[in-house]
Amino acid sequence: MKLFTVRGGVHPEYRKERTAESAIVALPLPEALYLPLQQHIGAPALPVVAAGDLVKKGQLLARAGGAVSAPVHAPTSGRIAAISDMTAPHPSGLPQPTIILEPDGKDEWAELPEAIADPLNASPDVIRQRVAESGIVGMGGATFPSAVKLNLGTERKLETLLLNGAECEPYLTCDDRVMREFAAEIIDGARIMAHALGAPHTVIAIEENKPQALEIIRKAAAGLADVVVVSVPAQYPMGSERHLVQAITGQETPARKLTADLGVVVHNVATARAVHHAVRFGKPLLSRVVTVSGGAIAKPQNVEAPLGALVSDLVSFCGGLSVPPRRVVNGGPMMGQPLPSLAVPVVKGTSGILALTAEEANEQPAEPCIRCGTCVTICPCGLVPVEMSAFIRKENLEAAARLGVRDCVSCGSCSYICPAHIPLVHYFNYAKGRLNDLDREARKTDQIRQLVEGHNVRIEKLAQARAAAAAAVAAAAAAAETASTTENRGEA
Amino acid sequence: MIMITAVGSLAVMGATLGTLLGVASRYLHVEDDPLEQELLALLPGANCAQCGFVGCGQAAAALAKGEAGVTLCPPGGKAVAEKLAKKLGVSADLSEHEDKGPEYAVIEEDLCIGCTRCIRECTADAIFGAPKQMHSILRDNCHGCAKCFKVCPTEAIKMCKVPVTLGEWHWAKPEDASSLHAH
Repeated sequence: MKLFTVRGGVHPEYRKERTAESAIVALPLPEALYLPLQQHIGAPALPVVAAGDLVKKGQLLARAGGAVSAPVHAPTSGRIAAISDMTAPHPSGLPQPTIILEPDGKDEWAELPEAIADPLNASPDVIRQRVAESGIVGMGGATFPSAVKLNLGTERKLETLLLNGAECEPYLTCDDRVMREFAAEIIDGARIMAHALGAPHTVIAIEENKPQALEIIRKAAAGLADVVVVSVPAQYPMGSERHLVQAITGQETPARKLTADLGVVVHNVATARAVHHAVRFGKPLLSRVVTVSGGAIAKPQNVEAPLGALVSDLVSFCGGLSVPPRRVVNGGPMMGQPLPSLAVPVVKGTSGILALTAEEANEQPAEPCIRCGTCVTICPCGLVPVEMSAFIRKENLEAAARLGVRDCVSCGSCSYICPAHIPLVHYFNYAKGRLNDLDREARKTDQIRQLVEGHNVRIEKLAQARAAAAAAVAAAAAAAETASTTENRGEA
Repeated sequence: MIMITAVGSLAVMGATLGTLLGVASRYLHVEDDPLEQELLALLPGANCAQCGFVGCGQAAAALAKGEAGVTLCPPGGKAVAEKLAKKLGVSADLSEHEDKGPEYAVIEEDLCIGCTRCIRECTADAIFGAPKQMHSILRDNCHGCAKCFKVCPTEAIKMCKVPVTLGEWHWAKPEDASSLHAH
């Protein structure tokens, strides 16, 4: 298959060898599981259980809270200890409502929905519904509800389902291991998803630095005419949805459009595996594979952890910390976000837990910009980081927006490459958040203006009605007065 | 006969005064500043008076004359300040602008005596209730102008900061090392 070049990007040291060769190990059941109601993009889930309830494995704990939302299920059997606020696995460290489940150790399954017989001939709606009910979200880290993404084929004509096995972030090998160990499940999940999308072609893209995974997936897909496996160059950020589509189709996704507008829908390989479990066995999403790595981890490896297990459980399972880490990151080192503490749960989008030493974190003070232009050369989105950050520093967000800061995918290549260590992507994350704030404020002001106008109209109407009523009363009184006067005169 | 005299004299008076008013409105007309109207359209229009003027109209007039700064509107926040600055063609240094963040009002149910004063103050119809019944505030419709807060006789209304949600949270601006950029 012909590949197209993607501009820019960087080639960081991959450091995947630390965990790539160790098979996935299941985490022993922890003492408690902490299941946040919001593990996805969209509305938070709404709990359907209460403290004290006994639940079984796979039972629904919280239903989807809207059209773009995802339910939460019990990863094992046990008792609901409480539903209370707990620190989110998010750099803000803000509290969020969390279901706390105490396992009973029996791991008893609830009654699961029936497997869909012959899914490749089933109606796409049946498959989408099953995926939605199973709480499946994008497992590459974006956590967008997968069922909503499977709907993209209803309004558009889709050509290709692109399965993302690029895994371009350094350190992370969870997708690599899943591809090596569960190739058949991934291929089956992919075919079901392609059927639901109505996409005639399926392309599985894997970076060339994972030769074993490539070979195993190629073997598993051999004989399937509609599935193509391609090796894409190891170039960060190849795993970004838009850039992977560009590498495969040669087309750039326009700003504020979806890759689906080019006829391509991208799903992660681990998502395909989850779809396979949901459709073929009725199993909801209860666990995920997490890469636990970094220089401060004694025994780095890939762990299949039940959702809700604490990061500290995973770290101690991997031999604990050999040295105090400089920072603990959720995700990969390029785009991952620092964790506020180790007492936060693994959620549907946790692809990696990296305990990085000071040497790995390589934090350096920022120096003056030397105008070398490297950030401009490597920006995979074709933006001008040096100019944008200068505007943002002066709080001129509008100018930064004109230069396209909203099209930045926050891949962090510019910060990585900057010889002056300027925190470029940090500026862009700030600017994007601030611009969203301003939009929200403007919408609120508009809403209030409409309310005030409505209020004024109402008050005016009331005043008119009151005046009319007063006039009517006065007229009636006057009429009565006249009548009585006439009467009086008549009598006189 | 008396009635006809009364109606007739009132009609004549009405017609004369009406004509006079009509003539006055044409010849003694005060030009409305179009800029004022445009500025007024940018303001929330709730007449909350937090800027120190009686209402948004007066604030817009002061802005048009250059007697007030663009950061005058607390409920409008930075978004409104930026729009005003753009309309007036001034470069407002908003980095110094202390944004106290959005607020909303809450009624403490135990203290509310149902006097309806707050309801009459609210220009956004965000408060509902009836005389001698407990009142409540629709949080989505409240923009924190604090007019109700000021009139409540029992101090049952408190102003709360709108909490930051996980979806709305974003990174703070990186600390400024002043000479990072060549320009």
